[in-house]
Amino acid sequence: MKNLTESKTTKRPGIFADTYGGQYIPETLMTELEKVDKAFHTLKDDPDFQAELHDLLINYANRPSLLYYAKNMTEDLGGAKIYLKREDLNHTGAHKINNVIGQALLAKHLGKKRLIAETGAGQHGVATATIAALFGMDCEIFMGKEDTDRQKLNVYRMELLGAKVHPVTTGSMVLKDAINATLQEWASRSEDTFYVMGSAVGPYPFPEMVKYFQSVISKESKQQLKAKENTLPDMVVACVGGGSNAIGSFADYIDDPSVKLVGVEAAGKGVNSDKTAATIERGTVGIFHGMKSLFLQNEDGQINPVYSISAGLDYPGVGPEHAALAKEGRAQYVGITDDEAVQAFEYIARQEGIVAAIESCHAVAYVEKIAPTMSKDQIIVCTLSGRGDKDVASIAKYKGVDIDE
Amino acid sequence: MSNLSEIFKNHKAFIPFVVADDPDFDTTVANIIALAEGGADIVEIGIPFSDPIADGGVIQAADLRAFDAGVRTKTVFEIVEAARKQTNVPIVFLTYLNIVFKYGYDAFCQKCQELGVSGLVIPDMPYESREDIVPTADKYDIDIIPLIAPTSGHRVEKIAKAASGFIYVVSSLGITGERNEFFNGLKDLVAEIKSYTDVPTAIGFGVHTPKQAKAMAGIADGVIIGSAIVDIVAKQKQNAPQAIEKYTQSIRAAVDEAQTEEAHV
Repeated sequence: MKNLTESKTTKRPGIFADTYGGQYIPETLMTELEKVDKAFHTLKDDPDFQAELHDLLINYANRPSLLYYAKNMTEDLGGAKIYLKREDLNHTGAHKINNVIGQALLAKHLGKKRLIAETGAGQHGVATATIAALFGMDCEIFMGKEDTDRQKLNVYRMELLGAKVHPVTTGSMVLKDAINATLQEWASRSEDTFYVMGSAVGPYPFPEMVKYFQSVISKESKQQLKAKENTLPDMVVACVGGGSNAIGSFADYIDDPSVKLVGVEAAGKGVNSDKTAATIERGTVGIFHGMKSLFLQNEDGQINPVYSISAGLDYPGVGPEHAALAKEGRAQYVGITDDEAVQAFEYIARQEGIVAAIESCHAVAYVEKIAPTMSKDQIIVCTLSGRGDKDVASIAKYKGVDIDE
Repeated sequence: MSNLSEIFKNHKAFIPFVVADDPDFDTTVANIIALAEGGADIVEIGIPFSDPIADGGVIQAADLRAFDAGVRTKTVFEIVEAARKQTNVPIVFLTYLNIVFKYGYDAFCQKCQELGVSGLVIPDMPYESREDIVPTADKYDIDIIPLIAPTSGHRVEKIAKAASGFIYVVSSLGITGERNEFFNGLKDLVAEIKSYTDVPTAIGFGVHTPKQAKAMAGIADGVIIGSAIVDIVAKQKQNAPQAIEKYTQSIRAAVDEAQTEEAHV
């Protein structure tokens, strides 16, 4: 096997900090995973593949995304200078498209005719349905029934794009259960089907692959900030569910020790409450969804139900590289509650005229807390992972506002 | 290494499966006894997991019933302990790796040895991750039963060569649950496995009728039946033991027929 490992002391691929990651998936899928691994590592060094990827990112997904100086927020908070990395301005309205374009191209090269994916908030499902439409592939999306109910607009959007949406009614009927269902579907039919994993989770090589395709976020922000300020940021902030936008936002800064990396988890009703999704703060080491990582689970290893107002963040695990970055102290992970995120949803709308996804507003809420404690010559880059149109109805409901959808 | 592979010597094995604590403690103990008395060679006991990604609806529902009964990992050990007072039937556990990991690989394997549990089937632990647990399992003479699937391809050789106990041959793609059709290359797959190892093979996933059991036992050294038995538990609840024993006898007879026919070839 090629030496692709992130770790220097083990020869198993995809092991982070000697602990997390790996491959824990039924045998039925292993040959397919090997094919994906081989294709990914061959194609990422292939100039034609890179040209195709680049062309789609620029001409279809609307990259590079803006690095926007949030002047009003900066002045209002009175501390660090705040830049927003506007992934919400991508085609389909979130960072998810970066990874989907990459994986769908891979699928095309593998001769696959059908894309399947899990989705939480629906953004990854929408991105997958979009690229399937563009590439003329069949598309089926698995989404927890709880999430199809709170993200109806995205369900319709996926259907409009020609995808079939399967509401998943097992377990707690959220993102975790959607991943279970998608893995089962892939185990039943992998011959013509590619599983487009939406987050930086799952068995190797998915965490590495998702990071690779999402690292465009930090590559751009680094260059953009250099052009504007001729310096590195002091802090990069991004929300973490499974951790795809965060790992992409961090990737190019991991080797720059002066840049503080902060992942913001969904604390739900509070990090110490039972209604939380703050995996890194509250989780323990376990093995689930193909990886060894941190999970919210009971002492027997049964996965706990998790909770967040955000359908994109209520996942009981986290990508293995985040668990490793936390273990090594390279990144810090903090929790933001529903109330704080909703407040930030309103704050950024009024300050900057940006309706950001409730997921991203967890990161914004942390920026609101930390920026005033920093000096005016310091810089924060905060990733806005998605736009908030999908959340307007449910936030209105949360606030007790009656609107007719 | 356990004595599991001995069971298959000139004998087609029948390996039925039940979920522990479905629907309750006493019924599970009685079901294990009924399986043993009905002619099971090895009883496979499922330790429920919250997210059984290799299992279909029938076993998922059984896991939920067990959780309703308050099942814990230690409850499963207590069930085996209770069953052991009445039967010496060989037992293997089927569960997901996190359950074993959280209990502690060493403590779990030690407990298995104490209870006379000979092997573990862990559907989410492929060949690549087996080193996590195999050295510990070896210490306590517990076999880690590998799975080989119709999609295993070039992986068959390394999996077969590393196997002990028996090899769980997955009959078809996807998840557990009753089926009427199986992968049509099973005969060749088993023959390929045989070319690499003497470790016996048992076919599982989807088998439910005596006719299918006979056919599968004709291809491999044994047959595994899960969902069909769990379905009896779902329907009969506390009355399941009688029905399970009867069903087991019917499969036993079918598997024995395969043995007789093979002996005459």
